[in-house]
Amino acid sequence: MVLPPGADRAVTTAVPRLALESITRHYGPVVALDEASLTLRAGEVHALLGENGAGKSTLMKIAFGLEQPDRGTIRIDGTSVTLRSPRSAMQHGIGMVQQHFALVDAMTVAENVALGSTARLDLDEVATQIRAISAASGLVIDPDALVRDLPVGAQQRVEIIKALSRETSILILDEPTAVLAPQEVAELLAWTRRFADGGGTVVLIAHKLHEVLRVANRVTVLRRGRVVLTAPAAEVTARSLADAMLGGGQHTPDTTARRDVTHTLPGDGRQPRPVLELRNVTVRDAAGVERLRAASITIAAGEVVGIAAVEGAGQHELLRVMSGRLHPSSGEVHLPPAIGFVPEDRHREAVVLDATLIENVALRGAGTRRGLMAWTSLRTDTEAVMATRDVRAETAAVMMRTLSGGNQQKLVLGRELASSPQALVVENPTRGLDILATEDVHTALRAARDAGTAVVVYSSDLDEVLALADRVLVVTGGQLRAVGHDREAVGRAMLAGGS
Amino acid sequence: MRNVIRAAGDLTLAGVSSIGMLALLLWLSGYPVGDSLSALWRGAFGSWSVLASGTLVRATPMLFAGLAVALAFRAGILNIGAEGQLLTGASAAAAVAITLPASMGLAGAALALCAGVLAGGLWAAVAAVLRQRFGVLEVISTIMLNVIALNVTGLLVRGPLQEATRTFPQSDMVDAALRLPRLVAGTRLHAGVALAIGSALALAWFLRATAPGFRLRMTGANPRAAASAGGIDVSRVSLLAFIASGALAGLGGAVEVTGVTYALYENLSPGYGYTAIAVALLARLNPSAAIGSALVFGALEAGASAMQRDAQVPAGMVGVVEACVILVLVASEWVGGKAGWGRSLNRGGPPQQFGPAAPHDDAASAADRSTSEARA
Repeated sequence: MVLPPGADRAVTTAVPRLALESITRHYGPVVALDEASLTLRAGEVHALLGENGAGKSTLMKIAFGLEQPDRGTIRIDGTSVTLRSPRSAMQHGIGMVQQHFALVDAMTVAENVALGSTARLDLDEVATQIRAISAASGLVIDPDALVRDLPVGAQQRVEIIKALSRETSILILDEPTAVLAPQEVAELLAWTRRFADGGGTVVLIAHKLHEVLRVANRVTVLRRGRVVLTAPAAEVTARSLADAMLGGGQHTPDTTARRDVTHTLPGDGRQPRPVLELRNVTVRDAAGVERLRAASITIAAGEVVGIAAVEGAGQHELLRVMSGRLHPSSGEVHLPPAIGFVPEDRHREAVVLDATLIENVALRGAGTRRGLMAWTSLRTDTEAVMATRDVRAETAAVMMRTLSGGNQQKLVLGRELASSPQALVVENPTRGLDILATEDVHTALRAARDAGTAVVVYSSDLDEVLALADRVLVVTGGQLRAVGHDREAVGRAMLAGGS
Repeated sequence: MRNVIRAAGDLTLAGVSSIGMLALLLWLSGYPVGDSLSALWRGAFGSWSVLASGTLVRATPMLFAGLAVALAFRAGILNIGAEGQLLTGASAAAAVAITLPASMGLAGAALALCAGVLAGGLWAAVAAVLRQRFGVLEVISTIMLNVIALNVTGLLVRGPLQEATRTFPQSDMVDAALRLPRLVAGTRLHAGVALAIGSALALAWFLRATAPGFRLRMTGANPRAAASAGGIDVSRVSLLAFIASGALAGLGGAVEVTGVTYALYENLSPGYGYTAIAVALLARLNPSAAIGSALVFGALEAGASAMQRDAQVPAGMVGVVEACVILVLVASEWVGGKAGWGRSLNRGGPPQQFGPAAPHDDAASAADRSTSEARA
């Protein structure tokens, strides 16, 4: 059904175009979706919000046939369907643009659009079709351009045109604004509005509230796999959404472990000694985009600084500058001689799986070691780390691969702390760990702080940041700022985006 | 200890399966199976003199090149260019050895070996720089450089290094004083054989016991963790390992010229650098075990000549069997390391025997090498 343009964002209440009913999906013991329901109507832009890991992407992957639900029903125009693959979803008019584009860099736009189509390949015809779609939608693109020559925003247009060329009427955009410049964001959002006004349906998965509230008709919020809110956009505020996303008020962070740094530091009453300092640090990525913008921070001995941020806000770069793993494009950095670093991607960045625990402990400082490896004393060191951190393994000479994730993480943490570094930077230190291992890691971080180490903690779980940190800094759009220790204020600052 | 048993098992399996395959081929082609195999055995191990003059001498360049391949693979570099590096080393050694005065004696021979080391290292450095600067896959560049090295050798023996009468495509003979000394009078067993075995043991020690060896292994096993957690300059380590790998292969070529052929020939190497890949894989990239696996292939080559001479069986038949063994090895690596060929090559060693929870893909990997090294 087609609505007249400017229909005041009214949407029909008739049979929904697409209904996901009581969808449940487990990954092993983890419940990704718990009885989540979502209805999409013709003519609406529907914003789907939630923290990292809330289940947004999983729900949309199910709607696009990429994942199968364990339980639940999918209805299209009232009829129950099974979406076995993206192909069957596309046949029902459902299209999706993933965060990571599925484009072949070395091919032209037309070739990419033709790719996967079952029709006979006629590139001229495809190019004509692309120009027609461009004219109708306002998404301008040169069909003969090579994808690798296109900027990210244009590549995204290719993805959308690809979906439109298959007569998509329900378009799912997974965090489409994350990669775009502000002007491009505005253009994209305006386009989604026009597409919906023309009778289509758009699902916008997003982090940044102010953006989606501008165009959305309705909003659904997921939290820990459950739908906690579905409401017309006119009836919600940025604040009520943040509350829903973060579970506002229901979770009181464990503040008992926090303390006032200045009062309990050894050296009674004196100001804490600064250990790590960044001044006006800017990091640009390979494409020249500023990932971190003029960040300044001073971290003292014996405090835990928490970093709160949504995915891709610049915290990745910030932590690596602070741990000495990344040289900033500009700015001043003062780092202590010894810094421990626990990256979130343990298997790729922190450990060597096909090496022994001893070798993994020996890895720290391997770059500057000379002469012979002192395996006997390294073994003793490893056994000391295992005892201190309660690492469960048969012997120190077993392969890292044979350890559970929690034990691997405890060994990494123990290794990084073994040389009593002046600073310790940890990134999602408990990701994938069970409750006991998580508690062990938290205890270790607090013990390090009490021993005078300057600790920096980033976690995508805001509650974890709040529970551990003596003070919290928020990174949004590459900028670093302090917003106090109030859960609501931090949550809103995180979600506010770079504006 | 466990990896020694395991390596011995691998070698036995490779030996037995290649003999079995050969027997089948002989039978299918209508040759007398028993006579042919006994000729093979006599040619490889039949007497002290064939063992020393045949098998061990044949195994030596394969061992050098095999060590080159093992070193590179352990560092995460797929150097397929041992053949070219070996030929470059041989050419440089020949050029030096036929130029130096005979009065230099052993010092001259040593200089020739040094020239081989340098040339092999430089030839590998070409691929190393291409990889580091321009991201050229070393698998491709080293294969191409093999072809170039082979043809350059061909040019040399028809041009600047051609023998005095300008008749044959080979260099002048190296003066007797500049040749590697024989270890046992009456055999062809030369000092280079001991040098190869010494190199294998030294390389094993280097990887196990030294800090640079540790950096090399960690860089090969997980370059990102090596850089981030270890502060290792992984591009420098890779570059040096690549060059060292080429240097070892170059030394193999130099030893061949000064210890066996005494002159540079275009077809000096019957593909030692390629067999070396099988030598390294059969040894699971363990330098000490490479001594044994080089011996297996050396015995096959030496036996093949004898079989051709005594039983009129074409030596190419052994070549077929060797290729089959290589295929079986690569396939088992493939099946074992489900991550695929590149990664499985970086691993090696027996399965991990720790606990029931050990994931399946440990079965063919999980480098016990490192365990034993750490224990040592």
